[in-house]
Amino acid sequence: MTGMIIETEKGKWEIICGLEIHCQIISNSKIFSGASTHYGSDANENVAFIDAGMPGMLPSLNERCVYQAVKTGLGLNAQINKYSEFSRKNYFYADLPQGYQITQFRYPIVGEGKVTVDLSDGTAKEIGIERMHIEQDAGKSIHDMAPDKSFIDLNRAGVGLMEIVTKPDFRAPEEAGAFLRKLRSILRYLGTCDGNMDEGSMRCDVNVSVRPLGSNEFRTRCEMKNVNSVKFVMTAIENEARRHIEVYENGGEIAQETRQFDPSTGKTKAMRKKEFAHDYRYFPEPDLLPLVLDDDYIARIKADMPELPDAKKSRFVNELGLTAYDAEVICENKETADFFEKAAKGHDAKKVANWLMGDFFGMLNEKKVELKDSPVSAENLGKLVELVTSNVINGKTAKDVFAIMADTGADPEKIVEEKGLKQVTDTGAIEAIVDEVIASSPDNVAAYKGGKTNLIGWFVGQVMKKSQGKANPGVVNNLLKQKLG
Amino acid sequence: MAIDNETVKRVAFLSRLKIEDDKLEETKEEFNKILNWVEQLNEVNTDGVEPLISVNDSNLLLRHDEVTEGNQADAVLKNAPQAQYGYFTVPKVVE
Repeated sequence: MTGMIIETEKGKWEIICGLEIHCQIISNSKIFSGASTHYGSDANENVAFIDAGMPGMLPSLNERCVYQAVKTGLGLNAQINKYSEFSRKNYFYADLPQGYQITQFRYPIVGEGKVTVDLSDGTAKEIGIERMHIEQDAGKSIHDMAPDKSFIDLNRAGVGLMEIVTKPDFRAPEEAGAFLRKLRSILRYLGTCDGNMDEGSMRCDVNVSVRPLGSNEFRTRCEMKNVNSVKFVMTAIENEARRHIEVYENGGEIAQETRQFDPSTGKTKAMRKKEFAHDYRYFPEPDLLPLVLDDDYIARIKADMPELPDAKKSRFVNELGLTAYDAEVICENKETADFFEKAAKGHDAKKVANWLMGDFFGMLNEKKVELKDSPVSAENLGKLVELVTSNVINGKTAKDVFAIMADTGADPEKIVEEKGLKQVTDTGAIEAIVDEVIASSPDNVAAYKGGKTNLIGWFVGQVMKKSQGKANPGVVNNLLKQKLG
Repeated sequence: MAIDNETVKRVAFLSRLKIEDDKLEETKEEFNKILNWVEQLNEVNTDGVEPLISVNDSNLLLRHDEVTEGNQADAVLKNAPQAQYGYFTVPKVVE
């Protein structure tokens, strides 16, 4: 797809956008200390002395964070750097007690990679990854507890982060949205970050500039920090691009600056510039040796990799016969994909997908329950589909059985057995009912024969009613057409 | 390399150090002395010499992912100039 082109009276403009995404690493303890990463503990309870910037404490790198970073790098089809280094990024802020953040600067653990995103018009686009490095998170400042004070909780200080930097490859808000959803899906499949933007475990900085359509230049960009939902990221990109265009078309210049996105208005506004004229004075972290990985280590993590959404999707399409759209929806979420696979095992996968995405999701929505708490198990959903495909029950009965399953969690075979719902495929028995219906409604028979052929539906309905819904609709239809001829 | 008063002011700001105007000249002199002393290193030919990251010739040791510290909010807050409800408190910082 071609990117979004913004057209004004004066000309056509193209958006250039890159993202930096901070992803909290899933680990038990922090990246450089033995304090817990648990979210929601009492203030300052998950704090080791080094997290509080006490003098004389030394950082000690958590092996799990390294493992998670390499795994994520592999998931982004990226270069894993066997040699990486830690640096100090110096700045003062109340929630950074050390006065510097331990991060990676010149030698990040992960280099260039690529992620393919699917767009709404059916095309795919490759987004380049520039690098990914690991670092420590800062604490949390709370500004609304007192009029003249900020409150600082250091529980988050020192939690491991992966910062993923993309190339400036986005040309439309939609592409950035699709990328964030894809990234979140990959991270969740890998189990390296839970990807909850609303809880802040995944945070996005957005860089935007514009240029006249057809030009190759890169103009001054502005950065919006911590935009905390996919929708807001898309709004921020479009509105910031429009602001740039307006400035340029009125003869102005864009200053490189950090701006704040206001979710209530969708607009961005400048932060006080002086405060953010950062000079981070990076230098190598003297308390940590370089991190050196060997091929065996990387190979072991490679062997641990789960099947990722893209691979799963193409397997569902090629081997199970799903449509690309169905496969995409089912694979976005690993739990859904696992549930589907369990349900489809040994049954008609395409029909299982239809049930899953139709009645099943509808039922979860209606009952407001998560997939993991579903009253209908994957095995039972598969069995229900099997009962239909093997003609034991018809589609209409299946819906009734499903409703009972949703209420009781019962096995559909048992429900069908106990309630005597097996459909009648015995032509003799159905024929008797058909004859009875025809004999008792001479007016309609005459009308049908006179050309009102759409009355067939009424006849089928009568027969189904008399059979208590158990007659096979196909057989009923054929017999009726034969007899009404 | 010689630095001027503006650079002294900038470094002081970045380091959150307050240097009174009448001390600027003196601080600049000290800065320059230190820099000149370090610049002696430029006399050494380092062509083809890899940067020395550490004098410790071993690999970075990694720690197991276990929770071994925490539940000590009182101790963590003990030296805080101001604290309230288990939080550090600071003059309001608004972005």
